[in-house]
Amino acid sequence: MHAGKTVTIVPTGTANLASVAAAFARLGAVAHIAADRREIERAEYLVLPGVGAFAAAMDELGALGLIEPLRERLVDGRPALAICLGMQVLLDESEESPGVSGLGIVTAKATRITSPAVRVPHLGWSNVVPAPKADGGGGVVVEGFAYFAHSFRIAAPLTRSPAADALGNWSLGVADHGGDFVASMQRGGLLACQFHPELSGAWGSALLSRWLAQLAAAEHIVKGGA
Amino acid sequence: MPAARVIPCLDVRDGRVVKGVQFQNLRDAGSPVEQAALYEAQGADELVMLDVSATVEGRRAALATVHAIRQVLSIPLTVGGGVRTVEDASAMLSAGADKIGVNTAAVKDPQLLTRLADKFGAQCIVIAIDAAAHVNRAWRVVVRSGEERTPLDAVAWATEATQRGAGEILLTSVDRDGTHSGYDLPLLRAVSQAVRVPVIASGGAANPGHLIEAVHAGADAVLAASIFHDSVFTISQVKIQLREAGIRIRS
Repeated sequence: MHAGKTVTIVPTGTANLASVAAAFARLGAVAHIAADRREIERAEYLVLPGVGAFAAAMDELGALGLIEPLRERLVDGRPALAICLGMQVLLDESEESPGVSGLGIVTAKATRITSPAVRVPHLGWSNVVPAPKADGGGGVVVEGFAYFAHSFRIAAPLTRSPAADALGNWSLGVADHGGDFVASMQRGGLLACQFHPELSGAWGSALLSRWLAQLAAAEHIVKGGA
Repeated sequence: MPAARVIPCLDVRDGRVVKGVQFQNLRDAGSPVEQAALYEAQGADELVMLDVSATVEGRRAALATVHAIRQVLSIPLTVGGGVRTVEDASAMLSAGADKIGVNTAAVKDPQLLTRLADKFGAQCIVIAIDAAAHVNRAWRVVVRSGEERTPLDAVAWATEATQRGAGEILLTSVDRDGTHSGYDLPLLRAVSQAVRVPVIASGGAANPGHLIEAVHAGADAVLAASIFHDSVFTISQVKIQLREAGIRIRS
């Protein structure tokens, strides 16, 4: 379905790279692990996966010299997918690792799930609902059950708060686990998911396919208009 | 609250699915890759693979099995059996596992849980606890595939294991395993009330009613093997019954 497309995976040290690569392979794309910063700059489709701790992931990216190339790549709106901890490192910081700076693409902070009413980590399938966006523009995330595995999250922003302003031009998906949180956020070609699309069954596979297809369509329009 | 998860379990030895009663008399039950694909198609929420190989060659085969399952599976895969070091876990994750189950090695070396959680995150580490009834509503931890009884209290160990870094508990009643008499509900209640992490009930399921009871007793997920292997019930049939009992499932 997506034959000929190449997905470049950023090696964040401890992520479940095999699951991510297999999910894209099932869609017909070729997935490989980036060996150096030039591959990050040139990648057609970039994936920033992540499991483990915030500080460990940032340390690994720093040690590989990938922080600046990633920042440049992620702000320009070209196709990129950040998964789970990969989404959290897009932020300024996380309660998980006080004093450690994230990539700073989004002015927000990940905080621990503290509700005594739910189990932590949030492990399992929860419903994701796309939030209505003021300008009517939607993303590739549709309503459905997604698989989550995390203890920290971006609490859903209250309207007219600084956090809401920071997320104002993103298409959001929201889920609930002891309170609403940001399950997904998309701006241009950059899609970030707190859940694991590569582990979310047919729903997740369809989402990855739409992400690849939407961006292919967008590229076509750009090329056609040039 | 997330949906209640239904988790089929594949016991794999030397690359084949096996099933026994109370860990004894293992018999062949098919190809793990075919079983995994079938279970996902039927609506399984997750898959657990336990490597019960006893040899070095068997363990190497398990890595190849994990890799082969991963190519067809788009739901989470937990792999347990024989994980003793961070390197063992790393090899399983590289082969395609998403979560690592540890049992005997963590009882012998509780620090292992902390080392694993520091490296891979708590959400990646499942403490597998095999528990046997003792006296006065107490349970003792059993290790080495049911062969060695320890003086460790199962509820106390569950609590300690999560404090040391485990993010989920796979709780098996060795008294009930393979007997088709239902989960040990008092054990399940005691452990799920003692910890904050999700608890997977295991050991003894024979029909959808047993799974419903387990969720009502506090299980976040229910694991079963023989009722699915032997096609007594399909996973979709079981999930329909859970929903009819008022339990939220992934639709």
